[in-house]
Amino acid sequence: MRYNALRIFKEALTGHKGWTPAWRDAEPQKNYDFIVVGGGGHGLATAYYLAKVYKKSRIALLERRWIGGGNVGRNTTIVRSNYMMHGNQPFYELSLKLWENLEQDLNFNAMMSQRGIINLFHNDAQRDAAIRRGNSILLHGSDAVILDKAGVKELYPFLNTESARFPIMGGLLQPRAGTARHDAVAWGYARGADQHGVDIIQNCEVTGFKIENGEVKGVETTRGDIMAPKIGVAVAGRSSEVMAKAGLRLPIESHVLQAFVTEGLKPILPGVITYGAGHFYISQSDKGGLVFGGNLDYYNSYAWRGNLPTVEEVVEEGISIFPNIARARVLRSWGGIMDMSMDGSPFIDQTPIKGLYFNGGWCYGGFKATPASGYCFAHLMATDTPHKVATALRLDRYKTGHMIDELGAGAQPNLH
Amino acid sequence: MLIPHPLLGPRDAGEFTYLGDATLLDRPDWQSETAPQEFYDYVYTRENPPGVHRELWYHEYGDRNWIVVTRNVSTHEILGAELAQDVAKNKGTA
Repeated sequence: MRYNALRIFKEALTGHKGWTPAWRDAEPQKNYDFIVVGGGGHGLATAYYLAKVYKKSRIALLERRWIGGGNVGRNTTIVRSNYMMHGNQPFYELSLKLWENLEQDLNFNAMMSQRGIINLFHNDAQRDAAIRRGNSILLHGSDAVILDKAGVKELYPFLNTESARFPIMGGLLQPRAGTARHDAVAWGYARGADQHGVDIIQNCEVTGFKIENGEVKGVETTRGDIMAPKIGVAVAGRSSEVMAKAGLRLPIESHVLQAFVTEGLKPILPGVITYGAGHFYISQSDKGGLVFGGNLDYYNSYAWRGNLPTVEEVVEEGISIFPNIARARVLRSWGGIMDMSMDGSPFIDQTPIKGLYFNGGWCYGGFKATPASGYCFAHLMATDTPHKVATALRLDRYKTGHMIDELGAGAQPNLH
Repeated sequence: MLIPHPLLGPRDAGEFTYLGDATLLDRPDWQSETAPQEFYDYVYTRENPPGVHRELWYHEYGDRNWIVVTRNVSTHEILGAELAQDVAKNKGTA
Protein backbone atom coordinates (compact mmCIF):
# COMPACT_ATOMS: atom_id res chain seq x y z
CA MET A 1 0.00 0.00 0.00
CA ARG A 2 1.37 3.39 -0.98
CA TYR A 3 0.75 6.21 1.45
CA ASN A 4 -0.45 9.52 -0.02
CA ALA A 5 -2.55 12.52 0.91
CA LEU A 6 -5.62 11.30 -0.98
CA ARG A 7 -5.49 8.00 0.85
CA ILE A 8 -5.22 9.68 4.24
CA PHE A 9 -8.21 11.87 3.33
CA LYS A 10 -10.25 8.87 2.24
CA GLU A 11 -9.36 6.90 5.39
CA ALA A 12 -10.22 9.89 7.56
CA LEU A 13 -13.71 9.89 6.09
CA THR A 14 -14.21 6.12 6.45
CA GLY A 15 -13.06 5.59 10.04
CA HIS A 16 -9.49 4.49 9.24
CA LYS A 17 -10.69 0.95 8.59
CA GLY A 18 -8.73 0.42 5.37
CA TRP A 19 -5.17 0.52 6.72
CA THR A 20 -3.25 -2.76 6.58
CA PRO A 21 -0.16 -3.76 8.59
CA ALA A 22 2.97 -2.01 7.33
CA TRP A 23 4.89 -5.29 7.08
CA ARG A 24 4.13 -9.03 7.16
CA ASP A 25 4.86 -11.09 10.27
CA ALA A 26 6.94 -13.66 8.37
CA GLU A 27 7.53 -17.28 9.38
CA PRO A 28 11.17 -18.37 9.12
CA GLN A 29 12.02 -20.54 6.11
CA LYS A 30 14.75 -23.20 6.25
CA ASN A 31 17.04 -21.57 3.66
CA TYR A 32 17.88 -18.07 2.54
CA ASP A 33 20.58 -16.42 0.45
CA PHE A 34 21.15 -13.69 3.02
CA ILE A 35 20.49 -13.38 6.73
CA VAL A 36 20.73 -10.05 8.52
CA VAL A 37 20.93 -10.44 12.30
CA GLY A 38 19.52 -7.46 14.18
CA GLY A 39 16.25 -5.63 13.60
CA GLY A 40 17.39 -2.15 14.54
CA GLY A 41 17.93 0.74 12.17
CA HIS A 42 21.15 -0.58 10.70
CA GLY A 43 19.89 -4.14 10.19
CA LEU A 44 16.62 -3.00 8.64
CA ALA A 45 18.42 -0.55 6.36
CA THR A 46 20.83 -3.30 5.33
CA ALA A 47 17.99 -5.64 4.40
CA TYR A 48 16.20 -2.85 2.55
CA TYR A 49 19.19 -1.83 0.43
CA LEU A 50 20.20 -5.44 -0.22
CA ALA A 51 16.77 -6.01 -1.74
CA LYS A 52 16.17 -2.66 -3.38
CA VAL A 53 19.57 -1.42 -4.58
CA TYR A 54 21.51 -4.67 -4.92
CA LYS A 55 18.48 -6.59 -6.26
CA LYS A 56 18.99 -9.57 -3.97
CA SER A 57 16.16 -11.85 -2.93
CA ARG A 58 15.63 -14.61 -0.35
CA ILE A 59 16.64 -12.33 2.53
CA ALA A 60 15.72 -12.88 6.17
CA LEU A 61 16.04 -10.31 8.93
CA LEU A 62 16.18 -11.84 12.42
CA GLU A 63 15.40 -9.84 15.55
CA ARG A 64 15.53 -11.34 19.03
CA ARG A 65 12.67 -9.18 20.33
CA TRP A 66 10.75 -6.66 18.24
CA ILE A 67 12.13 -4.48 15.50
CA GLY A 68 13.22 -1.00 16.48
CA GLY A 69 13.31 -1.89 20.18
CA GLY A 70 17.03 -1.38 20.63
CA ASN A 71 19.19 1.66 20.02
CA VAL A 72 17.11 3.06 17.16
CA GLY A 73 14.35 3.47 19.72
CA ARG A 74 16.71 4.90 22.36
CA ASN A 75 18.66 7.84 20.98
CA THR A 76 18.49 11.61 20.54
CA THR A 77 17.59 11.51 16.81
CA ILE A 78 20.32 13.86 15.55
CA VAL A 79 21.38 13.59 11.92
CA ARG A 80 24.59 15.30 10.75
CA SER A 81 27.76 14.88 8.73
CA ASN A 82 30.15 17.35 10.38
CA TYR A 83 33.12 15.00 10.58
CA MET A 84 36.70 15.75 9.72
CA MET A 85 38.66 12.55 9.14
CA HIS A 86 38.91 11.22 5.62
CA GLY A 87 37.82 7.75 6.76
CA ASN A 88 34.62 9.24 8.19
CA GLN A 89 33.40 12.37 6.40
CA PRO A 90 32.53 10.87 2.97
CA PHE A 91 30.67 8.08 4.77
CA TYR A 92 28.54 10.42 6.89
CA GLU A 93 27.98 12.70 3.90
CA LEU A 94 26.55 9.75 1.96
CA SER A 95 24.37 9.12 4.98
CA LEU A 96 23.11 12.71 5.06
CA LYS A 97 22.34 12.58 1.33
CA LEU A 98 20.34 9.39 1.89
CA TRP A 99 18.55 11.03 4.83
CA GLU A 100 17.58 13.94 2.62
CA ASN A 101 15.80 11.59 0.22
CA LEU A 102 14.71 8.98 2.75
CA GLU A 103 11.04 9.80 2.97
CA GLN A 104 10.56 9.89 -0.80
CA ASP A 105 12.54 6.66 -1.13
CA LEU A 106 10.59 4.84 1.59
CA ASN A 107 7.20 6.53 1.00
CA PHE A 108 7.14 6.97 4.77
CA ASN A 109 7.08 10.11 6.89
CA ALA A 110 10.27 9.98 8.96
CA MET A 111 9.79 13.63 10.01
CA MET A 112 13.22 14.51 8.67
CA SER A 113 13.82 18.09 9.69
CA GLN A 114 16.95 19.91 8.52
CA ARG A 115 16.98 22.40 11.36
CA GLY A 116 20.76 22.75 11.51
CA ILE A 117 23.30 21.85 14.16
CA ILE A 118 25.66 24.33 15.79
CA ASN A 119 28.78 23.30 17.71
CA LEU A 120 29.65 26.20 20.00
CA PHE A 121 33.22 27.25 20.75
CA HIS A 122 34.46 29.25 23.70
CA ASN A 123 38.15 30.01 23.19
CA ASP A 124 40.71 30.62 20.46
CA ALA A 125 41.91 27.01 20.28
CA GLN A 126 38.37 25.69 19.92
CA ARG A 127 37.67 28.31 17.24
CA ASP A 128 40.76 27.26 15.28
CA ALA A 129 39.74 23.62 15.56
CA ALA A 130 36.21 24.47 14.41
CA ILE A 131 37.53 26.39 11.39
CA ARG A 132 39.79 23.48 10.52
CA ARG A 133 36.91 21.05 10.83
CA GLY A 134 34.68 23.36 8.78
CA ASN A 135 37.28 23.56 6.01
CA SER A 136 37.63 19.80 6.01
CA ILE A 137 33.85 19.39 5.74
CA LEU A 138 33.75 21.84 2.80
CA LEU A 139 36.65 20.09 1.07
CA HIS A 140 34.70 16.85 1.32
CA GLY A 141 31.82 18.52 -0.53
CA SER A 142 29.50 18.98 2.41
CA ASP A 143 28.27 22.15 4.09
CA ALA A 144 29.64 24.14 7.02
CA VAL A 145 29.48 27.77 8.14
CA ILE A 146 31.56 29.47 10.83
CA LEU A 147 29.52 31.91 12.87
CA ASP A 148 31.04 34.61 15.03
CA LYS A 149 29.48 35.78 18.27
CA ALA A 150 27.01 38.05 16.45
CA GLY A 151 26.03 35.22 14.12
CA VAL A 152 25.28 32.91 17.04
CA LYS A 153 23.36 35.70 18.75
CA GLU A 154 21.21 36.19 15.66
CA LEU A 155 20.24 32.50 15.61
CA TYR A 156 19.90 32.03 19.36
CA PRO A 157 19.41 35.44 21.03
CA PHE A 158 19.01 33.92 24.51
CA LEU A 159 22.46 32.30 24.62
CA ASN A 160 24.83 34.00 27.02
CA THR A 161 27.83 35.23 25.05
CA GLU A 162 29.16 37.62 27.67
CA SER A 163 29.03 36.79 31.36
CA ALA A 164 28.83 32.98 31.45
CA ARG A 165 31.60 30.86 32.93
CA PHE A 166 32.44 29.89 29.34
CA PRO A 167 31.34 32.83 27.15
CA ILE A 168 30.40 31.80 23.63
CA MET A 169 32.77 33.06 20.93
CA GLY A 170 31.00 31.53 17.97
CA GLY A 171 30.02 28.24 16.45
CA LEU A 172 30.41 25.80 13.58
CA LEU A 173 27.03 25.46 11.90
CA GLN A 174 25.97 22.67 9.56
CA PRO A 175 22.67 23.91 8.11
CA ARG A 176 21.76 20.59 6.40
CA ALA A 177 21.97 18.65 9.66
CA GLY A 178 18.90 18.13 11.79
CA THR A 179 16.71 15.50 13.36
CA ALA A 180 14.49 12.64 12.23
CA ARG A 181 11.79 10.59 13.94
CA HIS A 182 13.72 7.54 15.15
CA ASP A 183 10.84 5.07 15.36
CA ALA A 184 9.56 6.08 11.93
CA VAL A 185 13.01 5.37 10.49
CA ALA A 186 12.81 1.78 11.75
CA TRP A 187 9.22 1.34 10.64
CA GLY A 188 9.85 2.93 7.24
CA TYR A 189 12.82 0.67 6.54
CA ALA A 190 10.88 -2.38 7.77
CA ARG A 191 7.97 -1.57 5.49
CA GLY A 192 10.28 -0.89 2.55
CA ALA A 193 12.24 -4.10 3.10
CA ASP A 194 9.03 -6.10 3.40
CA GLN A 195 7.70 -4.62 0.15
CA HIS A 196 10.88 -5.82 -1.54
CA GLY A 197 10.35 -9.36 -0.26
CA VAL A 198 12.48 -9.45 2.89
CA ASP A 199 11.16 -11.79 5.60
CA ILE A 200 11.17 -9.83 8.85
CA ILE A 201 11.23 -12.40 11.64
CA GLN A 202 10.74 -11.09 15.17
CA ASN A 203 11.13 -12.90 18.51
CA CYS A 204 13.87 -14.96 16.92
CA GLU A 205 17.12 -14.85 18.89
CA VAL A 206 20.33 -16.10 17.32
CA THR A 207 21.84 -18.57 19.79
CA GLY A 208 24.72 -19.87 17.69
CA PHE A 209 26.37 -20.03 14.29
CA LYS A 210 26.85 -23.08 12.09
CA ILE A 211 30.42 -22.89 10.89
CA GLU A 212 32.19 -25.58 8.85
CA ASN A 213 35.82 -25.36 7.70
CA GLY A 214 35.92 -21.64 8.37
CA GLU A 215 32.74 -20.94 6.40
CA VAL A 216 29.45 -19.89 7.87
CA LYS A 217 26.49 -22.05 6.84
CA GLY A 218 23.66 -20.76 8.96
CA VAL A 219 22.44 -19.73 12.38
CA GLU A 220 20.83 -21.54 15.29
CA THR A 221 17.89 -19.58 16.63
CA THR A 222 15.13 -19.91 19.19
CA ARG A 223 12.88 -20.67 16.22
CA GLY A 224 15.07 -23.39 14.72
CA ASP A 225 18.08 -23.49 12.42
CA ILE A 226 18.10 -21.13 9.45
CA MET A 227 20.67 -21.66 6.73
CA ALA A 228 22.31 -19.07 4.46
CA PRO A 229 25.77 -18.70 2.88
CA LYS A 230 25.97 -15.00 3.76
CA ILE A 231 25.17 -13.69 7.20
CA GLY A 232 25.56 -10.10 8.34
CA VAL A 233 25.46 -9.16 12.02
CA ALA A 234 24.30 -5.61 12.91
CA VAL A 235 23.43 -5.78 16.60
CA ALA A 236 25.37 -2.82 17.99
CA GLY A 237 25.33 -2.81 21.78
CA ARG A 238 25.45 -6.58 21.90
CA SER A 239 28.05 -7.15 19.18
CA SER A 240 30.55 -8.79 21.53
CA GLU A 241 27.95 -11.23 22.81
CA VAL A 242 26.69 -12.29 19.37
CA MET A 243 30.09 -12.46 17.67
CA ALA A 244 31.47 -14.49 20.60
CA LYS A 245 29.04 -17.22 19.51
CA ALA A 246 31.08 -17.37 16.29
CA GLY A 247 34.31 -17.48 18.32
CA LEU A 248 35.33 -13.90 17.54
CA ARG A 249 36.68 -11.40 20.04
CA LEU A 250 36.20 -7.74 19.17
CA PRO A 251 37.91 -4.44 20.00
CA ILE A 252 34.69 -3.29 21.64
CA GLU A 253 33.32 -2.56 25.11
CA SER A 254 29.61 -2.02 25.80
CA HIS A 255 28.77 1.18 27.66
CA VAL A 256 25.56 2.99 28.56
CA LEU A 257 24.68 6.45 27.30
CA GLN A 258 21.80 8.26 28.96
CA ALA A 259 19.44 10.75 27.38
CA PHE A 260 16.63 12.87 28.75
CA VAL A 261 13.46 14.59 27.64
CA THR A 262 11.55 17.34 29.41
CA GLU A 263 7.86 18.14 29.45
CA GLY A 264 6.54 19.85 26.32
CA LEU A 265 7.44 23.53 26.08
CA LYS A 266 6.68 26.26 23.59
CA PRO A 267 9.23 26.45 20.76
CA ILE A 268 12.50 27.82 22.11
CA LEU A 269 15.16 25.88 20.22
CA PRO A 270 14.86 25.91 16.44
CA GLY A 271 17.91 23.71 15.87
CA VAL A 272 20.39 21.39 17.54
CA ILE A 273 23.03 22.92 19.83
CA THR A 274 26.14 21.25 21.17
CA TYR A 275 28.07 22.88 23.98
CA GLY A 276 31.80 23.00 23.42
CA ALA A 277 32.88 23.74 26.98
CA GLY A 278 31.43 20.50 28.24
CA HIS A 279 29.81 17.67 26.40
CA PHE A 280 26.14 18.50 26.11
CA TYR A 281 23.75 18.47 23.17
CA ILE A 282 20.14 19.54 23.00
CA SER A 283 17.29 19.89 20.55
CA GLN A 284 13.56 20.33 20.83
CA SER A 285 11.25 17.62 19.57
CA ASP A 286 8.23 18.34 17.42
CA LYS A 287 6.07 17.73 20.49
CA GLY A 288 7.98 20.43 22.38
CA GLY A 289 10.07 18.32 24.73
CA LEU A 290 13.71 19.28 25.09
CA VAL A 291 15.79 16.24 24.19
CA PHE A 292 19.29 16.29 25.62
CA GLY A 293 22.26 14.20 26.62
CA GLY A 294 25.93 14.31 27.45
CA ASN A 295 28.71 11.91 28.21
CA LEU A 296 28.67 8.16 28.64
CA ASP A 297 28.49 6.70 32.13
CA TYR A 298 31.99 5.38 31.29
CA TYR A 299 31.88 1.84 32.54
CA ASN A 300 30.84 -1.44 30.98
CA SER A 301 27.09 -1.89 31.10
CA TYR A 302 24.36 -3.94 29.49
CA ALA A 303 21.75 -2.59 31.91
CA TRP A 304 19.87 -0.10 29.68
CA ARG A 305 19.89 2.39 32.51
CA GLY A 306 22.56 4.64 33.95
CA ASN A 307 23.49 6.06 37.29
CA LEU A 308 22.93 9.39 39.00
CA PRO A 309 26.42 10.98 38.88
CA THR A 310 26.11 11.25 35.10
CA VAL A 311 22.56 12.61 35.34
CA GLU A 312 23.84 15.30 37.67
CA GLU A 313 26.74 16.16 35.37
CA VAL A 314 24.59 16.37 32.24
CA VAL A 315 21.99 18.55 33.94
CA GLU A 316 24.68 20.82 35.41
CA GLU A 317 26.21 21.33 31.98
CA GLY A 318 22.81 21.98 30.47
CA ILE A 319 21.89 24.59 33.02
CA SER A 320 25.28 26.26 32.77
CA ILE A 321 24.49 27.12 29.16
CA PHE A 322 20.68 27.35 29.33
CA PRO A 323 19.79 28.70 32.79
CA ASN A 324 16.29 29.28 31.41
CA ILE A 325 15.53 25.53 31.32
CA ALA A 326 16.40 24.98 34.98
CA ARG A 327 12.76 24.65 35.98
CA ALA A 328 11.69 22.41 33.10
CA ARG A 329 10.73 19.01 34.49
CA VAL A 330 12.50 15.99 33.07
CA LEU A 331 9.78 13.53 32.11
CA ARG A 332 11.87 10.60 30.99
CA SER A 333 15.43 9.41 30.88
CA TRP A 334 16.70 6.34 29.17
CA GLY A 335 19.94 4.52 28.55
CA GLY A 336 21.09 2.91 25.35
CA ILE A 337 23.83 0.28 25.23
CA MET A 338 26.49 1.08 22.73
CA ASP A 339 29.53 -0.59 21.28
CA MET A 340 32.44 1.60 22.29
CA SER A 341 35.25 0.87 19.87
CA MET A 342 38.84 1.67 20.75
CA ASP A 343 39.12 4.78 18.57
CA GLY A 344 35.49 5.89 18.64
CA SER A 345 34.83 4.88 15.01
CA PRO A 346 32.74 2.01 13.61
CA PHE A 347 33.36 -1.20 11.69
CA ILE A 348 31.78 -2.50 8.48
CA ASP A 349 33.89 -5.45 7.48
CA GLN A 350 34.24 -9.10 6.61
CA THR A 351 35.31 -11.38 9.44
CA PRO A 352 37.90 -14.15 9.34
CA ILE A 353 34.95 -16.53 8.87
CA LYS A 354 33.92 -16.73 5.22
CA GLY A 355 30.39 -15.47 4.61
CA LEU A 356 30.13 -13.81 8.03
CA TYR A 357 30.03 -10.01 7.97
CA PHE A 358 30.14 -7.56 10.84
CA ASN A 359 28.63 -4.11 11.32
CA GLY A 360 29.11 -2.50 14.73
CA GLY A 361 31.21 -0.30 16.96
CA TRP A 362 29.00 2.73 16.35
CA CYS A 363 29.78 4.22 19.76
CA TYR A 364 27.25 6.97 20.48
CA GLY A 365 26.83 7.97 16.82
CA GLY A 366 24.87 5.18 15.21
CA PHE A 367 21.59 6.94 14.46
CA LYS A 368 22.91 9.47 11.96
CA ALA A 369 24.78 6.67 10.21
CA THR A 370 21.74 4.44 9.72
CA PRO A 371 21.17 4.88 5.96
CA ALA A 372 24.84 4.77 4.91
CA SER A 373 25.58 1.94 7.32
CA GLY A 374 22.82 -0.14 5.76
CA TYR A 375 23.84 0.87 2.25
CA CYS A 376 27.53 0.07 2.72
CA PHE A 377 26.86 -3.14 4.63
CA ALA A 378 24.50 -4.29 1.88
CA HIS A 379 27.20 -3.41 -0.68
CA LEU A 380 29.76 -5.47 1.24
CA MET A 381 27.45 -8.46 1.61
CA ALA A 382 26.30 -8.35 -2.01
CA THR A 383 29.66 -7.79 -3.69
CA ASP A 384 32.29 -8.92 -1.15
CA THR A 385 34.09 -5.60 -1.63
CA PRO A 386 33.80 -2.60 0.70
CA HIS A 387 31.77 0.36 -0.50
CA LYS A 388 34.14 3.16 -1.53
CA VAL A 389 33.14 5.39 1.42
CA ALA A 390 33.57 2.58 3.97
CA THR A 391 37.00 1.24 3.05
CA ALA A 392 38.58 2.54 6.25
CA LEU A 393 36.10 0.91 8.63
CA ARG A 394 38.17 -2.25 9.05
CA LEU A 395 38.18 -4.60 12.02
CA ASP A 396 41.95 -5.00 12.02
CA ARG A 397 42.82 -1.31 11.85
CA TYR A 398 44.38 -1.25 15.33
CA LYS A 399 46.72 -4.01 14.31
CA THR A 400 47.75 -2.23 11.12
CA GLY A 401 47.91 1.23 12.71
CA HIS A 402 45.05 2.80 10.72
CA MET A 403 42.92 4.13 13.54
CA ILE A 404 40.24 6.71 12.83
CA ASP A 405 40.50 8.81 15.96
CA GLU A 406 37.97 11.52 15.07
CA LEU A 407 38.02 13.02 18.54
CA GLY A 408 41.81 13.02 18.79
CA ALA A 409 41.41 11.48 22.22
CA GLY A 410 43.46 8.31 21.98
CA ALA A 411 43.02 4.62 21.79
CA GLN A 412 40.63 3.58 24.57
CA PRO A 413 36.85 3.66 24.90
CA ASN A 414 37.03 5.54 28.20
CA LEU A 415 38.61 8.46 26.35
CA HIS A 416 35.82 8.83 23.80
CA MET B 1 26.30 2.80 42.54
CA LEU B 2 28.14 2.37 45.81
CA ILE B 3 31.51 0.69 45.53
CA PRO B 4 32.50 -1.25 48.68
CA HIS B 5 36.05 0.01 49.03
CA PRO B 6 38.09 -2.66 50.90
CA LEU B 7 39.66 -0.07 53.22
CA LEU B 8 37.15 2.79 53.33
CA GLY B 9 33.79 1.05 53.09
CA PRO B 10 31.02 2.04 50.67
CA ARG B 11 31.95 5.01 48.48
CA ASP B 12 29.95 6.71 45.69
CA ALA B 13 30.97 5.55 42.22
CA GLY B 14 31.36 9.23 41.28
CA GLU B 15 34.58 9.31 43.32
CA PHE B 16 36.15 6.78 40.98
CA THR B 17 37.35 6.72 37.41
CA TYR B 18 37.07 3.58 35.35
CA LEU B 19 39.72 1.85 33.32
CA GLY B 20 38.08 -1.36 32.16
CA ASP B 21 38.56 -5.10 32.17
CA ALA B 22 40.70 -6.33 35.08
CA THR B 23 42.61 -8.62 32.70
CA LEU B 24 44.73 -5.48 32.12
CA LEU B 25 46.59 -6.64 35.25
CA ASP B 26 47.90 -9.61 33.23
CA ARG B 27 50.43 -7.95 30.99
CA PRO B 28 51.82 -10.34 28.36
CA ASP B 29 55.48 -11.32 28.21
CA TRP B 30 57.22 -9.04 25.71
CA GLN B 31 59.81 -11.72 24.99
CA SER B 32 57.21 -14.29 23.97
CA GLU B 33 57.32 -15.46 20.34
CA THR B 34 53.72 -14.42 19.89
CA ALA B 35 54.11 -11.11 21.72
CA PRO B 36 52.71 -8.88 18.92
CA GLN B 37 49.42 -10.82 18.81
CA GLU B 38 49.27 -11.04 22.61
CA PHE B 39 49.83 -7.31 23.02
CA TYR B 40 47.25 -6.54 20.34
CA ASP B 41 44.70 -8.57 22.30
CA TYR B 42 45.86 -7.09 25.60
CA VAL B 43 45.55 -3.51 24.41
CA TYR B 44 42.59 -3.62 22.05
CA THR B 45 40.29 -6.64 22.21
CA ARG B 46 37.93 -7.46 25.06
CA GLU B 47 35.70 -10.30 26.20
CA ASN B 48 33.06 -7.69 27.09
CA PRO B 49 30.59 -10.17 28.62
CA PRO B 50 27.08 -9.41 29.81
CA GLY B 51 26.67 -10.50 33.44
CA VAL B 52 29.60 -10.79 35.84
CA HIS B 53 32.63 -8.68 34.93
CA ARG B 54 35.85 -7.94 36.83
CA GLU B 55 37.08 -4.43 36.23
CA LEU B 56 39.54 -1.79 37.40
CA TRP B 57 38.35 1.35 39.18
CA TYR B 58 40.68 4.10 40.39
CA HIS B 59 39.70 5.94 43.56
CA GLU B 60 40.81 9.25 42.11
CA TYR B 61 38.84 11.52 44.47
CA GLY B 62 39.72 9.38 47.47
CA ASP B 63 42.70 7.33 48.56
CA ARG B 64 44.01 6.78 45.00
CA ASN B 65 44.00 3.04 45.22
CA TRP B 66 43.24 0.87 42.23
CA ILE B 67 40.34 -1.45 43.05
CA VAL B 68 39.27 -4.64 41.28
CA VAL B 69 35.48 -4.57 41.36
CA THR B 70 33.38 -7.62 40.53
CA ARG B 71 30.11 -6.36 39.11
CA ASN B 72 27.14 -7.67 37.21
CA VAL B 73 27.09 -5.31 34.25
CA SER B 74 23.55 -6.34 33.32
CA THR B 75 22.08 -5.23 36.67
CA HIS B 76 24.80 -2.94 38.13
CA GLU B 77 24.89 -5.19 41.22
CA ILE B 78 28.33 -5.13 42.84
CA LEU B 79 29.49 -8.51 44.10
CA GLY B 80 32.85 -7.60 45.59
CA ALA B 81 35.87 -5.32 45.61
CA GLU B 82 39.54 -5.97 46.30
CA LEU B 83 42.65 -3.83 46.22
CA ALA B 84 44.30 -4.33 42.83
CA GLN B 85 47.70 -4.66 44.55
CA ASP B 86 46.38 -7.61 46.56
CA VAL B 87 45.00 -9.25 43.41
CA ALA B 88 48.33 -8.77 41.66
CA LYS B 89 50.31 -10.07 44.67
CA ASN B 90 48.17 -13.19 44.87
CA LYS B 91 48.82 -13.81 41.19
CA GLY B 92 52.52 -13.19 41.64
CA THR B 93 52.49 -10.39 39.08
CA ALA B 94 53.29 -7.54 41.45
